[in-house]
Amino acid sequence: MAVVALVVPAAAGAPSAAAEPMRAEVLRLESVSKVYGTGAATVRALDAVGFTVDQGEFVAVMGPSGSGKSTLMNIIGCLDAPTDGRYWFGGEDVSRMGERQLAHVRNRRIGFVFQQFHLLPAMPAWRNVELPLLYRTARDRKGAALRALAQVGLADRVDHRPSELSGGQQQRVAIARALVTDPDLILADEPTGNLDSASSREVLGILRQLNVGGRTVVLITHDPNVAAVPRRVVTMADGRLRAEAA
Amino acid sequence: MSPLRTFETGLRGILSHRLRSILTTLGILFGVAAVICTVGIGKASSDSVNARIAALGTNLLTVTPGSTAVGGVFGGTGSANTLTMSDAQGLKSKDNAPDIEAVAPVVQVRESLVSSSTNWSTQVQGSTPDWLVTNARTVQSGRFFTDGDVQSHAQGVVLGPTTAQNLGAGIGDTVTIAHVPFQVIAILGSSGGQGFQNGDDLAVVPLTTAQDVLTGGTPNSVQRILLSATSSDTVGSAYQEADQLLLATHHVASPAAADFTIQAQSQFLSTAQSVTTTLTILLASVAAISLLVGGIGVMNIMLVSVTERTSEIGLRKALGATPADLLRQFLVEAATLSVVGGVLGVGGGLLAGVLIPRFTTIGVSINATPILIAVGVAAGVGLIFGVFPAARAARLAPIEALRAQ
Repeated sequence: MAVVALVVPAAAGAPSAAAEPMRAEVLRLESVSKVYGTGAATVRALDAVGFTVDQGEFVAVMGPSGSGKSTLMNIIGCLDAPTDGRYWFGGEDVSRMGERQLAHVRNRRIGFVFQQFHLLPAMPAWRNVELPLLYRTARDRKGAALRALAQVGLADRVDHRPSELSGGQQQRVAIARALVTDPDLILADEPTGNLDSASSREVLGILRQLNVGGRTVVLITHDPNVAAVPRRVVTMADGRLRAEAA
Repeated sequence: MSPLRTFETGLRGILSHRLRSILTTLGILFGVAAVICTVGIGKASSDSVNARIAALGTNLLTVTPGSTAVGGVFGGTGSANTLTMSDAQGLKSKDNAPDIEAVAPVVQVRESLVSSSTNWSTQVQGSTPDWLVTNARTVQSGRFFTDGDVQSHAQGVVLGPTTAQNLGAGIGDTVTIAHVPFQVIAILGSSGGQGFQNGDDLAVVPLTTAQDVLTGGTPNSVQRILLSATSSDTVGSAYQEADQLLLATHHVASPAAADFTIQAQSQFLSTAQSVTTTLTILLASVAAISLLVGGIGVMNIMLVSVTERTSEIGLRKALGATPADLLRQFLVEAATLSVVGGVLGVGGGLLAGVLIPRFTTIGVSINATPILIAVGVAAGVGLIFGVFPAARAARLAPIEALRAQ
């Protein structure tokens, strides 16, 4: 079984203000496989994938649909457990964790941005942003939500409901929701998939800004134009990581 | 998640799904209110029937003669003339029958009454002053005849209110019965029109006078004897006393061969009570059906809304909610809706209980049991169907739940 281990060179990309000398590892996949179904219907969505992301990196995972990038995203995001292999997140072996502990990791350490935004339609923007804080002990949840909205440039839209916002604005609310918990990783799954090109540029700009500010961002996309934004791009095909363009 | 925040999240869930919340609350509200009203109406009608029957005299016993058996042909109960004035006298004895308060021997014929303006055919009874007590009747105006009137064969008549009205006769007027003039000495109060005969359409005259001019035949015999016990608790012993006494005076050895029958009004009461119990059961089933329909409505709304909210459940899970967090949130939502619906339903039911008697002739009698059952069932349905589908959704993998739209 071929193990495609991708060791990120220390000098990958030009050092930015965020990528300080201390390059702690955020996540590491070791020979992770994910198999769906049994017997003849077995689908090997991930085949012994090795993958490491360091703090402060901006990584694009690219690949056509069916390449296994969504499965990879689910495993990175602790939304699904690998069938085989080890997954380390922030030094902890996540692949051995139960449902409660995984929920805890998702809440404390990962900020999600989805293609469909997934905002709750009945709530104003700030309530949506506040949502992850409900599942942890947090003081001044509204203050934190307003600060996160200000960070994505929506300080004047905090009381708007999702239906009163444009697609780009809705996705910025979703980014604010991902930011509000101060996560170790922002995981964006096709964040521009439902947006026009202007809104896409806006959203990608915000993600890049966050990375410049020190955030670790993993971006999953099938769109080469989107993948051109991050400094590091890994490509998936048939459940394996294929190549890495520096 | 702290209990306070769970509560807050649950309430926010309710507020952000207003239509669903209102429909659920309405379903529970109407179910509970319907049960309270229908059972209340059933209870009130049963109470009122019981009260009217009790007003007829629950301590009343009626002695009727046994049947004749001539050549093997039974003439039916009351066809024999086996009851006499001396039977009535004997029953009146406080020594032999201490639990019998009043004794009224009765003879009765149907006669035409003629007043100055018109005539009217009705039931004419001959009896004693105890007739008033044993029939639980009152006099509206005038005075009922006395023992003295009975002894003197007085030609005075007491008319039922309907009879007096139909004859156009008042106190002091003369009414002719079987060609004999009687003076109207009293008008009875209304009986409420209960029983098998209209208690308001009759005339009562002293027993002796009736035997003289109306019934003829054997002067000593009476058609029945009305007895009233000292209280409703002593009906049983009064029955025993009358039975023993009459068996002895009629020289009958075994009760099976008795030539008389004693009937208690309370037997009629228990029959009537079983009828009203049936009525209450009928109304309770109607209420149960309305509760069931309301419950199914609540169940559907809850099931649909949980399906609709599967992606919300997925999102909350992705953002770090544990299945227990979600379960508690839905529990708070369902419990709040059920309690609010239940309380409003009780309020609505009680309000209807006040308004229905005010604007209609239907009485409503509220009691606690149907309220508790209705609230319990409605809240149970709300809780079960609010929580179980949500619990199932909370166990889904977050990505699967997120994909649901």
